[in-house]
Amino acid sequence: MKKFRPIISLVVALTCGFVLQVFINAGIINGYYDHIMSKMAMFIIAAVSLNLINGICGQFSIGHAGFMAVGAYASAIITKNPALLLPETVVGMPRYLLALIIGGISAAIVGFLVGLPTLRLRGDYLAITTLGFGEIIRVLLINWKFVGGASGYFGIKPYANFITTYLLAMLTVVIIRNFITSSYGRACIAIREDEIAAATMGIHTTKYKIIAFVMAAFFAGLAGGIYAHLMQSISPRDFSFLVSIDILLMVVLGGLGSTSGSIVAAIFLTFATESLRAFQALRVIIYSFMLIIIMLFRPQGLMGGKELSWDAVQSFFKSKQKQDLTSAKSTEGEG
Amino acid sequence: MMPVLKTTDLTMRFGGLTAVLDLNLQIEQGELVGLIGPNGAGKTTVFNMLTGVYRPSEGQIYFCDELLCSAQQSLLASSIAKKGISRTFQNIRLFKDLSVLENVKTAYHQHVNYGFLAAITHFGKFVAEEREIEEKALNFLELFGLEDRRDELAKNLPYGEQRRLEIARALATEPKLLLLDEPAAGMNPQETQQLMELIQFIREKFALTILLIEHDMSLVMGVCERIYVLDYGKIIAEGTPVEIRTNPKVIEAYLGGDK
Repeated sequence: MKKFRPIISLVVALTCGFVLQVFINAGIINGYYDHIMSKMAMFIIAAVSLNLINGICGQFSIGHAGFMAVGAYASAIITKNPALLLPETVVGMPRYLLALIIGGISAAIVGFLVGLPTLRLRGDYLAITTLGFGEIIRVLLINWKFVGGASGYFGIKPYANFITTYLLAMLTVVIIRNFITSSYGRACIAIREDEIAAATMGIHTTKYKIIAFVMAAFFAGLAGGIYAHLMQSISPRDFSFLVSIDILLMVVLGGLGSTSGSIVAAIFLTFATESLRAFQALRVIIYSFMLIIIMLFRPQGLMGGKELSWDAVQSFFKSKQKQDLTSAKSTEGEG
Repeated sequence: MMPVLKTTDLTMRFGGLTAVLDLNLQIEQGELVGLIGPNGAGKTTVFNMLTGVYRPSEGQIYFCDELLCSAQQSLLASSIAKKGISRTFQNIRLFKDLSVLENVKTAYHQHVNYGFLAAITHFGKFVAEEREIEEKALNFLELFGLEDRRDELAKNLPYGEQRRLEIARALATEPKLLLLDEPAAGMNPQETQQLMELIQFIREKFALTILLIEHDMSLVMGVCERIYVLDYGKIIAEGTPVEIRTNPKVIEAYLGGDK
């Protein structure tokens, strides 16, 4: 039974995705919600990948939007210029998916270059570097006329539909979860817990920090690519420092180190941002207030570093049963 | 026979402070050697040099006749661990938010052969190797009487068990040389006694060479065959426990001499 658990989870997740897509096609879910749901899936990719650096590996990165920008522009350039890099015969959806991968790889290469000098150090250097990096990318894009400069890059084809985004988010979650539960992931967590002890256990700390960082950059690039093809136009403003903070919020709110927490928080915060649009100027205040309240009552994050798993569900029900039993006994005693 | 560990004129300076000066250690295969000395004598600095945490200012470290570190070149701490030196820490450094089992599993890191692709797909060699690691880790926990605690977070263990877990984790890297930094610190006499037996036991079972720093004289005198005494960064005496006990220099260093 235990052996089939991952397969059951996968089947359930797949079914949910396809059912939602059927609802969209049938018009039960309208275009607006379709768009928001795609955005949620995109933010899940971004948050889960950032959690890999900040939550699992314990390195503080705040430049995720920069990697998204690299992925977004790289993939948009490829889908908009039919002769570039990929053969002209590759068009439509396959071109989009390949462009996403190229966007991810571009972001990963940039991530490697940013990470290599800083991840060798301990401490807060990464936060400063990634912060600077995000701004550099933004300023570079503003001055790059080929992609429209400050006014933005327009006319990107809307390849990103709900089901592909959903499947990509699922794939990301599975890959990152597998990574975390492998010896690679254990090495990263050991680095988070105690870097010196990790090194004396034979873990090459710099190497594993870079692996996690590059992997996260790849998925951020992927999310950026999806964003470009979802919004159909991108501008450097879309990848400002505040976006990095938004993604960081998802990770912290979900509980640092918890993949399922990041997912829940990505869905929740995307939904909150959208539903508060009606309040216009008040929106930012309500949003911040909500975050303060959550952090006051749940400082460890929604999931508190734990994962939503079969075992957790099982033990939850078991403890509930026990409670019921003991309370039943005590009432019997009273009787 | 070649020595497992040899240092020649090992020196460590922090700015103007000389923490360790011209240290010459030699430890043979299978020996259990103690390194003692008053507070601030430089004992832990020696361990930090041996495990690559510090790079020595002068001198060389040889491990099984192979140059490990010198002032010019030094290996990363992780590479030294891979060569077969493992250690525990004076102020326990467990992976606090990991379970007891995961702490030991992490130590198997260097023996893992599956690649990145197997890790992210959980296919290929992954399943068999992970199962093997789990079995080996469980064996270790059983050996150290921690099998009931396997799913407990390391930080929630009582102090004595944290110490034991740290030794178990160090041994799980399958070292040739084990460095124990004050394993009995904070233990009561009864726990110290158990620890002594444990050290003797693992030494025979794993055919280990052990170097041990300790304040607790009963432990050092009880288990060590040979003792180095360090004071102000210099070796002031070397010999069997009996010799050390009667050495006037040692008595002076510990109790203060007539001036």
